[in-house]
Amino acid sequence: MSLREKIRNGQLWRSIFRHPAPTDRRNRVVVVLSNLVLHLHPVAVPRYAVRPSYTWCMGGITLFLFLVETITGVLLMFYYRPTLEWAYNDVLALRDAVSFGVLRELHRWGAHAMVIAVWLHMLRVFLTGSYKPPREFNWVIGVVLLVLTLLLSFTGYLLPWDQLSMWAVTVGSNMAGNVPFFGGEGLVQPLLLGAWTVGEETLNRFYVLHCIAIPLAAGFLMALHFWRVRKDGGINRPL
Amino acid sequence: MTAPQETCPTCKPPQPPQADRKRRGILKAMFGSLLGLGFVALGLVTGLWGAVTARFMMPNVLAQPLRRFKVGLPGDYPPDRVETRFREKYGVWVVSGVYQGRRQVFALRTVCTHLGCITLWQEGQRRFKCPCHGSGFSADGQNFEGPAPRALERCAIRLADDGQLEIDTGRTFREELGQWNDPASYVPVSADDQ
Repeated sequence: MSLREKIRNGQLWRSIFRHPAPTDRRNRVVVVLSNLVLHLHPVAVPRYAVRPSYTWCMGGITLFLFLVETITGVLLMFYYRPTLEWAYNDVLALRDAVSFGVLRELHRWGAHAMVIAVWLHMLRVFLTGSYKPPREFNWVIGVVLLVLTLLLSFTGYLLPWDQLSMWAVTVGSNMAGNVPFFGGEGLVQPLLLGAWTVGEETLNRFYVLHCIAIPLAAGFLMALHFWRVRKDGGINRPL
Repeated sequence: MTAPQETCPTCKPPQPPQADRKRRGILKAMFGSLLGLGFVALGLVTGLWGAVTARFMMPNVLAQPLRRFKVGLPGDYPPDRVETRFREKYGVWVVSGVYQGRRQVFALRTVCTHLGCITLWQEGQRRFKCPCHGSGFSADGQNFEGPAPRALERCAIRLADDGQLEIDTGRTFREELGQWNDPASYVPVSADDQ
């Protein structure tokens, strides 16, 4: 046996890769269906279904940007402390002292791009009528995801703790406080801000929302969103 | 390629490779098509991203006290003086004592040589004691009781240009290896200096 065959048939290789190389149709199906990441897509997608002139690719781009934001966000967490003493200084340090601290800008530009992509995706789904029965609920999930994306932007905006951040959140929470019934002094301020004014508790609260709570919720809803697309026949396909 | 030894009773046996089916070379597969180029680009970008992430994770700035610092003039350290004010921030005792018959000023690291706790100076009993397991060191840093296996380590000390004593905690000297004879580990003082 050649060296290549020896490796391919050895115990180490077979325990990791399990199935023969996908050189024929059966093995392609088997390999895709038994892989954690690959099986999120169907085994085969018709060429007409993924035409960019139809889909604009905006759903895929939004997912890609979400992954970029997650990865850059986790890396930024190694150098950022959400306290009044350190937040602003740490962001300056990311700009000046950290190697490849431009990651902070990548995170910011990615956030802008993701908001744009989400709106374009919504527009495309509307224009192609992909919200019609039986797909109505997936549209609802999409709207919730849109709101979560905007909330991610809102909570993330506070974290540099500069003048823009603080006043943006002050204005935003005052607007929320003017909502009838739920608004008013009693509920919004402590719940959203963690205190009566925008301060250290707000920074911590928004940090947890931005890094853990909202991404978890968005991740789960994205899984649901993609699942429903496939269950409804796959992208651009009839039931 | 040869399939591993899985048996499938209803599958046709694998066909031997046909003469007219030529295998593409690896270079043609990588660069001969848009798809191949795309995957090559993906691989390159992933590699670059890994390198960028690794460099990003290495901090350039550490918020720690300076390695080198000045502790005063030799005249501030009369015989048998043990200075405790640099213990908290810099982790050294500055001591004026005698080693091998010679009067010296030297800097001892506060770290106990047993398991790394920070020692305390007991002026009344003229010894450094470790609160963790009871190791005891005499005023010149030698271990004389408890589980510590060796003497406290010295840090490099020298006379700077302005006449002050300057300590460098980045360089240490071990007594049991004979390194306390290295002139960088002490500043000799005579009786007239003090």
